[in-house]
Amino acid sequence: MSTAQGRPLLVRAMLDPAHCNGLSLQQWDLLVRQARRANLLAALGGRLRAQGLNVSVPARVWLHFESALLLAARQSASVQAEVRLIGKALAELATPVVLLKGAAYLLSGHAASAGRLFSDIDILVMRPRIAEVETALMVHGWDFAELDDYDQRYYRRWMHELPPMHHTRRGTALDVHHTILPPTAKTRVNTAALFEDLVALPGLAPLHVLSPEAMLLHSATHLLHEGEMDHGLRDLFDLDAQLRGLGGAAMDWQRLLDRARALGLARVLYLALRYTRVLLGTPMPEPLLLALQAVAPGRLAKAALDFAYTRGLRPQHASCTLPGSGLALSGLYVRSHWLRMPAHLLAYHLGRKALHHLRTDKTEPA
Amino acid sequence: MKLGEVSAGELRHRLSLDGLTLAMPPFVVRIRSDVASLADDLALMYGEFALHAADDFCDFHVEVMHARGLRRWFKPLAEFSSDGARSFVPLPAQQCYTMLEWGLNWCVAAHAHQYLLIHAAVIERGGQAVILPAPPGSGKSTLCAGLVHRGWRLLSDELALLDMDSGLVHGMARPVNLKNGSIAAIRDFVPEAILTAPVPNTNKGTVALMQAPADAARRVREPAAPAWIVLPSYRAGAAAELQPMEKAESFMAIAEQSFNYDVHGALGFQALGRLVDRCATYRFEYSSLAEAAAIFDGLGA
Repeated sequence: MSTAQGRPLLVRAMLDPAHCNGLSLQQWDLLVRQARRANLLAALGGRLRAQGLNVSVPARVWLHFESALLLAARQSASVQAEVRLIGKALAELATPVVLLKGAAYLLSGHAASAGRLFSDIDILVMRPRIAEVETALMVHGWDFAELDDYDQRYYRRWMHELPPMHHTRRGTALDVHHTILPPTAKTRVNTAALFEDLVALPGLAPLHVLSPEAMLLHSATHLLHEGEMDHGLRDLFDLDAQLRGLGGAAMDWQRLLDRARALGLARVLYLALRYTRVLLGTPMPEPLLLALQAVAPGRLAKAALDFAYTRGLRPQHASCTLPGSGLALSGLYVRSHWLRMPAHLLAYHLGRKALHHLRTDKTEPA
Repeated sequence: MKLGEVSAGELRHRLSLDGLTLAMPPFVVRIRSDVASLADDLALMYGEFALHAADDFCDFHVEVMHARGLRRWFKPLAEFSSDGARSFVPLPAQQCYTMLEWGLNWCVAAHAHQYLLIHAAVIERGGQAVILPAPPGSGKSTLCAGLVHRGWRLLSDELALLDMDSGLVHGMARPVNLKNGSIAAIRDFVPEAILTAPVPNTNKGTVALMQAPADAARRVREPAAPAWIVLPSYRAGAAAELQPMEKAESFMAIAEQSFNYDVHGALGFQALGRLVDRCATYRFEYSSLAEAAAIFDGLGA
């Protein structure tokens, strides 16, 4: 397992921005590369600025942070406006519309939203209402990208979301979920329980966010089921911010544990806590960790997961590669699919994708 | 030290190892490549540009590397990456230099929001700049390539970097991208122009790059004050003609060609407003470069 000394420059800088004092130009160069690859350039810039350290960043370097911060600020303003339009489009259905991930952090004023870059907005609605939601969105200008029949069926039959939507005039992207993991996934999520303790966003009906505990559990679920680790470290820092927001070592851990059990996400929580603590040193209550020991994976599985995540959750930049990183990333990719669906479906889906890939490769102009 | 002072072998060697740290003011770029032909194109196009120390801060780290796999031995492909992240589809290796130029444009457009970025050519004379914003196919690059051999200084063929505080425009004096018929047009009009070998079958047709005149490369750090906005359009057989254009229409044309006008919000809107206010604005139709040069000679007279 990695130690504080083995932490990449970016992780050290994020955890303690004062670490950046006195970096050489060459180190700054590396830090900007790592931060950009991890999608954390604006977040780090925000942390430097919050501590007044931006004045000691060399001017040429600070331009990069400033540029990323500007983009992040513009995007958060756009997301603020866009979620209001989504709320308006769905208000008449009188069903809660739950913002997930980035939009949820932003609208609930969470620390994890600082300096965040968005690619889309994710919402969660109750499954029985999803057809009405789809219709209402289409009436208000959202539409699907061209998908072939297979992909349409794949989304509608096996996935936990509609195919990706976009607004035809504004070009904004929207993912509509009815639960947080595919119904075929090995982790069974108690979706109904997710809706039990929603938090309404004042003045923005029907928009809601998950309770702080459920939000954290969703972030953990997302991180631990993701197969491509380009945003892995960013998502780990999201968890770190949420755990600290809940009070770190002083949090009401019983409540978090109860919610994890009720939702069927206790093992996911165990793993999420394990890697935030090991990789970021996030403070958390000992009794919570002890209570979760019961759901820890076996020794071999744990060793394999440790191997994969201590590598996969480093910045995806050549300077952070460890022996075995390539293996770890392929392992996490396969694992994510393995977790998502039973073996026979997986074989069919991946076979189909590979075939499709070959075909498109052939038609590419050479 | 200038890039042109490094021997071809040394250049190739450096490109394949730690990379070449090249000044493209206002940026510094680290370029790595294992495609041997890239060194020759860089030497031809950037000979006058300064090399920086290997440990200097670089704004962009770009690579053009052979794609891995068996295919390398019969139909080699090259891939562009920036900060180690691959982008764009791999292209045949003989297109690697044009891919590098497009990739560099992308790096600036995606990351350099300290400027208001406009897709436009910029040329200057007597301290006053003409901004030529235009969509592809308008004959902007051809016009720009011709005029920079007729008394105008090249700032940029693709990217105008507007400093919103000073109102000045920076360019990078990078090579001019010529497509299809423009290549022969420029060879006819400026026989002394230095061009790369044309690369056929790119997704923009046949492409060649033209070296920035030596004076433009030497003065690359000098920004210029915009005085004219001219929307060019090439029409076969048309007599060259400059026609005044409404300010509001010019504003919209420039906004449409800006990569990050929306990122800057109200400040971007105001900066574009000031730019359009200070400039005389025209439409310009042409087919002959000689006629075009004569009309541009009369600008401001």
